[in-house]
This record gives sequence, structure tokens and C-alpha cells, in this order.
Amino acid sequence: MSKIAKYVLYDIVRSRFILFYTVFLLVVTFSMYSLDTDPGKSTLSLLNIILLVVPLVSVIFTTTHFFNSYEFIELLLSQPVTRRTIFLAEFFSVASALALSFLIGVAFPMLLLAYSEATLFLILSGLLLTLVFVSLAFLASVITRDKAKGIGMALLFWIYFTLIYDGLILYIVYSFSDYPIEKITLLLSSLNPVDLARIVILLKLDLSALMGYTGAFYKSFFGSNLGIIYSFLFLLVWIGAPLLIALRKFARKDI
Amino acid sequence: MITISDLNKHFGRLEVLHSIHARFEAGQSYAVVGPNGSGKTTLIKSILGMVVPDRGTIEVEGKSIINNSAYRKRIGYMPQIGRYPEQMKIGQIISMIRDLRSDETQIDEDLIREFKLDQLKDKRMHTLSGGTRQKVSASLAFLFNPPILILDEPTAGLDPVAVEILKEKIHSEKSKNKLFLITSHIMSDLDELSSHLVYLEDGKMLFNDAIDTLKKETGEIKLGKAVATIMKRNLKATYE
Amino acid sequence: MKKTWLLGLVVLHSFLSEAKTYVVNPKGQLKSIQTAISLAHDGDTVRVMAGHYREGNYIIKKSIVLLGENLPVLDAENKYEIFTIVANDVSVIGFRMINTGKASINDISAVNAIQTKRLRVANNQMENTFFGIHLANSTASLIENNTFHSDAEAEHLAGNGIHAWKCDSITIRNNTIRGHRDGIYFEFVTHSHVENNYSHHNMRYGLHFMFSHHDSYVKNTFHNNGAGVAVMYTQDVTMIGNRFEDNWGASSYGLLLKDIRDSHIEGNHFLRNTVGVYMEGSSRCRMEKNVFKDNGWAVKIQANCDENSFQRNSFLSNTFDMATNGSLVLNTVDYNYWDNYQGYDLDKDGIGDVPFHPVSLYSMVVEKMPSSIMLWRSFLVYLLDRSEKVVPSITPESLKDNHPVMKNYDYHF
Repeated sequence: MSKIAKYVLYDIVRSRFILFYTVFLLVVTFSMYSLDTDPGKSTLSLLNIILLVVPLVSVIFTTTHFFNSYEFIELLLSQPVTRRTIFLAEFFSVASALALSFLIGVAFPMLLLAYSEATLFLILSGLLLTLVFVSLAFLASVITRDKAKGIGMALLFWIYFTLIYDGLILYIVYSFSDYPIEKITLLLSSLNPVDLARIVILLKLDLSALMGYTGAFYKSFFGSNLGIIYSFLFLLVWIGAPLLIALRKFARKDI
Repeated sequence: MITISDLNKHFGRLEVLHSIHARFEAGQSYAVVGPNGSGKTTLIKSILGMVVPDRGTIEVEGKSIINNSAYRKRIGYMPQIGRYPEQMKIGQIISMIRDLRSDETQIDEDLIREFKLDQLKDKRMHTLSGGTRQKVSASLAFLFNPPILILDEPTAGLDPVAVEILKEKIHSEKSKNKLFLITSHIMSDLDELSSHLVYLEDGKMLFNDAIDTLKKETGEIKLGKAVATIMKRNLKATYE
Repeated sequence: MKKTWLLGLVVLHSFLSEAKTYVVNPKGQLKSIQTAISLAHDGDTVRVMAGHYREGNYIIKKSIVLLGENLPVLDAENKYEIFTIVANDVSVIGFRMINTGKASINDISAVNAIQTKRLRVANNQMENTFFGIHLANSTASLIENNTFHSDAEAEHLAGNGIHAWKCDSITIRNNTIRGHRDGIYFEFVTHSHVENNYSHHNMRYGLHFMFSHHDSYVKNTFHNNGAGVAVMYTQDVTMIGNRFEDNWGASSYGLLLKDIRDSHIEGNHFLRNTVGVYMEGSSRCRMEKNVFKDNGWAVKIQANCDENSFQRNSFLSNTFDMATNGSLVLNTVDYNYWDNYQGYDLDKDGIGDVPFHPVSLYSMVVEKMPSSIMLWRSFLVYLLDRSEKVVPSITPESLKDNHPVMKNYDYHF
């Protein structure tokens, strides 16, 4: 697998997109910290970038890469290589390229300029979110047949998890506002990787709002070690589950 | 060497292969013939594991191809339209494939040499003509000296010199007790290269026998005419 | 020997006919404070040397000075009240009072003053007392430089640190109060002054008063109390230069103003509270030059408040700057600094050219549906707030700062 990954990575690096992405993240991170004197506020502004841009770039890059690699996959399939190997090599190459960009573009300057426990959580969540959306984008690529549909579906995943899902939560909260639904909203939020990452970071960074009337309840859950472990395990499930489904689909896909 | 039993495949509602049974033996060369869309390429891709059948089994050298990739070491495949990573150079593709299969000992670079691909090794794939791509595909198919060769429209797009080089290569490999599956629309080529005919129509295998038998049966000397006869016979059968 | 000593006392008494001093010493002739008190007359002093005294309850009916040397310990053995003072002009200075009894009916205290004038309680340490100082119907008293610490585990087992009921013109300054029910509790206390006290880690409120008009609170720190500070049903309150810090929790406030009128709140710091200031039914309060920083809600103002003004305050790093439950229009918000302001100042007069709306749509949503706080800082909320800024529909359009200053104030407290 490492041999195949080597060629995939070579191809990714050649395309230069990943370089632009890294530079973009570097510029954004540095400018956030130089614009605001309060590093806490800069970290919060970066949170929005991490929750929006990182998943978006991850899905678009992954799907485009997958469909551009179709010939490569076809070529490999006539060779004595298992589909599993090809698929995992593709996944690890794409995931590690994007993760490396994130580490260089965000983690490195953040640790340099504003090291704190919250920053560590932000970095870890950003990394996991990258992997989650790479995984989801692979799923989108595998279950569609052409590039346009693949990117469309991946974008749908993105907009669903960053926007529509929260809209649905808000609607549920509104519809059942007469009932004690804290536990249900807690559960629902934890089913969305973006919400999960956001809440975990906020509990480390911006406690004040969450300490309000219902916030105390969330805080007692997500703020505890158990809650943090739960959250990160759940994010891992969000990486693993789509990847496994995609792998199974890919194993039976007609090329 | 290859045994196919009860192979079925749908693409959506379209039945592409319908209960195919066949045996392909070593030392023989099979011409796979049929109208466009009759399922030739699907059959070949099924053998290669690129298309996953709905039902039925395929065994290569006595082993099922399900959850098996090692058997592809034994097969050289030349696709109808060779698709390659566009940014890669010819040399990179060949060395990458050799790198992936670095445990192979018998390397056959005859075609690379004869097609003079070494002189083109710094050309990127997207700059190549269809014919040059076919040369790359053919070279890769023969590269590891496999006992089974599956060639999908091998001569299409090749210039006459290249066609002769390839035919020459096929003849010399046939004599080494290898199995060939060749699809083509050029009957004269098949006549020259094949010992057996596999005739597919609408996903059904209507004929699988020695070409000599076919010629005797139809009373034709040329394969093209003989095939045309069975195609007509079939048409009649459908309309009557 | 004993006789000569007593004789000496009598001689001394005849020399200083007005003020005598009785020295109580566990190693001396006079071992009992009780005895000394019974010997003393108005204007006398009882000096108590260091030691551990277990004499139950001292009832002071004379105007005397009780002066502890090197913090003598008065131990009530978890049974008694320590000082019960019913005379005027009493001073209690320099004692360490520990282990009062606890009762749910009587307010057992370290110092309990009933209908006294000019009481002075200074430099004492109260440890494990039910109530620290309890004043009823007392006027012109001074309570200073004392420390109060209680270890009670439940609210009903703890009394208040300094408790005053129906008092007038009292001064409370430089005290430290920790672990009581309320740090300072006033009910019907008027014309009084509370300065430079440190009230922290009390179970309920750091400061709690009701019906206590014309009082002033200056430079106190209220830190990490169970529910912050709550003041109610009062007019003419002056609060200047206080700090309200770290009051966290579901119903916790830096400062809760309920039915407060005609008051002046200036130069205070509200830091890291769930709610900085919560106003309910309050009118004509001037909030000026306060700093609100790192609060969940800097100001929550209920729609039943009117004619209050918020001017020249500084709002920094709060999750929500203001929240309200209705479309209130009757309060003034002007010339504040808001770090969330994104307007511009083309004419360079230091004042933003477009008004600032401190109440965001999302804060209204959270007010109605607390569970939706889960969506804080999500993309959805960002879009909601943005669209509301362009076309206000739900947030009170008239609640706005027409003169948001561009640069933060530098107050030099």
C-alpha cells in the first residue's frame, strides 16, 4: 500500500492545490493573530474558519482528486493489487496531505502564537474534522458515477452538517420548547461532527455563554473527561463509519 | 485455465451478461466476437475483477477470483481505450508498474523496445495519440510474461507497422502454450490470430468452438463470412 | 499576694475614678471575662490577654470597651452566642471568636447587638460562627477590619456574615467574609456605607439587601459567590468602583437589580459572570463607566425596566452584550464602547457613524429557547445574526447605541 500511496502523494503534491491551501491557512492564521491583540478572540475567529473552510476544502479536494484518479485506479485494478489496498492508499494519501496542510497552516502558527489547552483542542478537532470530511467525500465519490454528481453530493454533506442540521436542531428546539429537551439536543448535536467539534472547543474557549441556564447541563457532560473522550470517540466513528461503507461500496463497484 | 459458470450481470435494467458458461484452455487463442454492446468488454472486465458479477463464478487456474487479487499476476490486460494518469510520463508509468510488481523476475521488454517507447519516455500521457497509448497498453500487458493475455481491440488505432509488431508478438507468445482472449472487429486479424471463436449476442454466448469446426459447419473459408452466416442465422431465428 | 493585688486595683480605681481597666489573664488574678464584665462600669475597659476562654454567653449591658490582646480565643463550644450587646457605646476589639451554636429559630451570633448606638466591632476574627455580626435596630455603628469564615456545608446551617436589620448610619469597611450564607445582608438599613470589603465564596449572595435606601457601596469585591449579588426593593443606591467577579452558574449574577430605583452605578467591573447585570422592574438607574468583560450576558434587562441609562460603559469579550425579553424602548443606551461594533467612523470624531444594536437576534432566540445555546458560534447563528443586522425584524429596533465610541475608554480606576 505504501508504494501506491507514494505515487498518489506524488500526484497530489504535483497538482499544487495543496500548496495553495497551506499558504492560505498560514496567511489567515497569522493575520488573525496580528489583527487582534486578544489571542482568545483570534482563536475564536479561527474557530469559524476551521468549522467552515476546513470541511469545505476537504470535501472538494477529495472528490476532485478521486475522480481525477479514476484512470490511475483503473490501471491499478488490472494489476495484482486488491481494491482495498488501492482505496486505503488513496484515503491515506489524501487525508495525510490535507492534515499536513492543516498542521503547517494552522497548528504550527497557533502553537507558536497562542499556546493553550483550548488551542490544542482546536487543533485536534480541526485534524479530526479534516479526516471526517475526507472520509465523507470518499463515500460521496464511491456512490456516484461521475465527477459532477460526486462533488455535488460531497457539497451536500458539507452544507448539511454545517448548516441544515443546525437548522433542524433549532426547529426541534422551537417545536418542543415547552418540554425538557436538553438531553435530546445534546444527543442530536453529538451526532453531527461539526457541532461536536464546535461544542468541545467552546467549552474550552468560550465558557461564558454555555454556563447559562441550560449550558450548565451541557458543561457537566461535555466538560467532563468522559464527555471529551466520548466526543473524540464519536469523531473517530465519523471517520471510520463512512470510510468503511465507502470501502465496501468500492469493493463492489464496477469500474 | 479459465472456467466461467452461470455468469450474470445487469447494469440497471439492462442485462449485459446472461448465464455465460465457458472454459478457456491454455495454448488456445479465443476470438471474442459479437455486435456492439453484446457484452464482450463486460465479460473481459468480469474476468479481470473490474466488473463484479451479480451471480456465477469465475475461476482462473482453478481458483475463484472472488476476494483474490493474486491471480491478476497471471493475466496481462490490454484495454480497449487505455486510460492513464494524464500528468504522468510514459517512463514513470512503466517504472511505477514495475515498482509495484518488483517481485516479478521475468520481464519482457520486447514491445517497449520494438515500439521504441524508450525514446518517448519523457512524454506525458495527455500529449499522446491514441495509437501511442495503445502501444503503452500492449507493452504493459506483455511486460511480466503472463500465461494469460486478454487483449481488447488490440489493433484499433495502431499504425500498420505496429499492428505487425503486435501480431508477431502474439504469434510468438502463442507458441509458449499461453491463453489468449482477443476481441476485435477486424475479422481478418482474428482469423490469423485465433484458434477458437466465442460469439456473444445480447449477453448470451451463442457459440464457443474451434474456428475450424465453424468453417466446416458453415462451408466458409474466411472467418468473417462464417461469422456473418451465424449472425444471419440468428437474425432469422429471432424474426421467425 | 492576692490581697495586695486587689488592693492595688482599688487604689487604681480611686485614682482613675472615671475609666478603669480590668485585665483578664488566664495566668493572672482575674481569670474570667464574665467576672471582669460584672465588675466594670460604664466607660471602663476590659483587657483580655491571650488565652482560650470557654465562658458561654457574655451579656453586655454597660458601655464598656472589650479589648483583646494577641487575639484571645472566645470559644462558645457550639452551644452559645458569644456577645449579646444591649448597651450603647460598646466596643469589641481584637478577639478570635469561634464555634457559636447553631439554631434555626434564633440567629445565634458572635456579636449580637440589639437596639444599640455607636457600637464598634473591629479587628476580630470570627471562625465557624453561625452569624458573624448581627445588628438589629442599631444606629451609628462601625464594623471594620474583621474576618469572617464559616465552614457550614448547607445553606440552612450557615448564617450571614454581617447581618443588619432596621439599622441606620452604620459603616462596614475593610472586612473579609467567606463561607457564610450571605456575606453582607441588609434589610431596612438606611444611610449606611459599605466600603472596601471582600466577600467571597459565600453560599448565596456576596451582598444582599432589601428596602435599604440611601446606602452607598464603594470599592468592594464580590467574588465567586453562589449566586453573586442581589439587591431588591430599594431606592437611591450608590455603587461605585466595586468588582463583581466569577459568579458562575445557572442562576448566578454579577449583580441582580430587582425593583431598584433612582440609583447610580458607576465605575464597577463585571468580570466573568454568567450574567453581569440582571435588571428587573428597575427604573431611573444610571449605569456609567462600568466595565463588562468576559461575561456570558453583560446585561440582561427585562422589559419591565424603564428610564434607565447605560452610558460610557465598556463592553469587552462578552458572549452577548445585551439581552431582553421584549421590545423595550424606554431605556437609554449611548456613548458606550462595544468591542463587537463593526461600524466605521468616516468623520473621525471618535464616534461610529452607524448605530450599534447590542441585542442580537440569536440572544433573543436563546432567551426564548435556552436549549438553542447549543448552536452558539455555528454557521447558522452567524447567518441569522447577519441577516438580522441587514433587516431587523425581531430584535428591538429602537434599542441601540446611536453614538458607539470607536476607542475603548481608559478609566484609570
